[in-house]
Amino acid sequence: MILIGERINAGFKDIKQAILDKNGDAIKEWAIKQTNAKADYLDVNLGTASNKPEDLCWMIEMVQEAVDTPISIDNNRPAMLKEAIPVCKKPPLVNSVTAVEEKLNELLPIVAEHKASIIGLAMDEAGSPKTADKRVENAGKVFAKILEFGMEPEQLFLDPIVMPMKFMQEQAQEILKAVSQFTLFSDPPCHIVCGLSNISNGTTQKSLINRTYIAMMIAHGQDAAILDVMDDELVNSILTAELVMNKSIYADSYVEAFRK
Amino acid sequence: MEIPNVKERWTSKINEVTIGATKEQGGTRAKTITVGGQTTLPFLTFEGEIPNPAVIAGFVADTPPDWPDVLKNAIGSEINSPVEWAQKCVQEFGVDLISLKMVGADPSVKDASPADCAKVVQDVLKAVDVPLIIWGCGDEEKDNLILPECSQAARGENCLIGSAKESNYRTVVAICKADKHKIISEAPVDINIGKQVNILLQDAGFDLKDVVMFQTTAALGYGLDYVYTILERARTTGLKGDKLMAAPQICDVGGETWRIKEAVADEDVLPGWGKLEKRGPMWEAVCAAVYLQAGADIMIMAHPEAIKRFQNILNKLS
Repeated sequence: MILIGERINAGFKDIKQAILDKNGDAIKEWAIKQTNAKADYLDVNLGTASNKPEDLCWMIEMVQEAVDTPISIDNNRPAMLKEAIPVCKKPPLVNSVTAVEEKLNELLPIVAEHKASIIGLAMDEAGSPKTADKRVENAGKVFAKILEFGMEPEQLFLDPIVMPMKFMQEQAQEILKAVSQFTLFSDPPCHIVCGLSNISNGTTQKSLINRTYIAMMIAHGQDAAILDVMDDELVNSILTAELVMNKSIYADSYVEAFRK
Repeated sequence: MEIPNVKERWTSKINEVTIGATKEQGGTRAKTITVGGQTTLPFLTFEGEIPNPAVIAGFVADTPPDWPDVLKNAIGSEINSPVEWAQKCVQEFGVDLISLKMVGADPSVKDASPADCAKVVQDVLKAVDVPLIIWGCGDEEKDNLILPECSQAARGENCLIGSAKESNYRTVVAICKADKHKIISEAPVDINIGKQVNILLQDAGFDLKDVVMFQTTAALGYGLDYVYTILERARTTGLKGDKLMAAPQICDVGGETWRIKEAVADEDVLPGWGKLEKRGPMWEAVCAAVYLQAGADIMIMAHPEAIKRFQNILNKLS
């Protein structure tokens, strides 16, 4: 499972303040904490704190001063990405692009040039899809496009667009169906990712719903997630679901061994 | 139509483990042996790197094992002296290193003392200049007594010591850390226990980059099938990034082949099976070739003819 740590996001007060004050301590601290918790990528999001490329580059540099975990650049503006991608010491993951022709044509050349990866959202101009079929159609569009730009399936992370279960309960199942079909696009398949916490938005049992849903998503082929890597119970569910799917080898101390 | 590219792309690498230490490295070996380091499955050189071919360790024991005459005679009278046996393995059979097993320490064989075993280690180290693998006798209680002495006798020689199991790993880690040796982690044809033993070794502070895995070995039927699939699965898992399974693997081909009826009984017992003289070594060589395909890195072998045949296979395929 590819774990993408969500915490370096200006949606969180301490990170927003860090950006405004240009004080990298909080960013470095979360970079280290999430890396110790075995994050494979660290998502870096400027949020509403700034819209300047230099601020995004500064955040990335702060992370890279603390750890060498690859960066997930949570931004989809070409002008920002052109500046931010070259700052990354390891090929980053760009988060994200929608299945909209112009957007794909704009972003993919930059991503391909730097051998980076990209999250492709299964949504188009019409907004969030309502059915599995529409998700598959949108995802297929992104998939065909990355091949057109000479990228490999492994550079693509398809996101089925997770919806809050509380408000759109029937969607949870459509998403699972879509994920199963994404795995059939190629062999080996591209990665499949999701913004997990959407599923539990507005509920009273957030962590229970998150860890139940991710286990089901893994059973359908998901292999990456943007999540709170500090949530031990959630990560333990992931480890266990991967054993159930025979993706890793069982050992009595599998939970402890992951954190060593 | 364009032919699709079917190459697998593995994300990780099998650990490289070096056995033996030269004078400059604090030992007395003329050369060292390195195994592992692959970034793909056996023979698929178009997919990745295979920097170190598999090696053959000559089976030597302090006391001749309970083997059929066909094998004993092929080795010669030297089988009665571990020193001469080891020398013959290196000089005549052309093995890469020696695997020394303390068969005689088993309470049901000769119950040789820890001091006797340590003396054998010292003598063999003096007699040959290739790296050494040292095994106990297989009796756990006794091994806890002899392995520390054998380890100390070979201090600084960077030997491979066998074996660490769930029950005794602490002792083996302690002696190998103290005397600077590498460890064979053993599991009874069980990939889950194999992984668990490696976790325990890591927890005890031993670097998994200094470990070779041993899933025991089988030379026939289901057993061979199980071991083969375990070796292969461990290898693919290691190549996919599971650091706990990225160790090179060892097989006791000689030790196991000469225990099965089909490789030790002659035509009088098995009519129609052909002469044992030919069948036995062929069985051993084929068994080694099978495990070579599964991804084994070190083959312990006994019969000189089997060694020669397997060397041919290795040279042709590597």
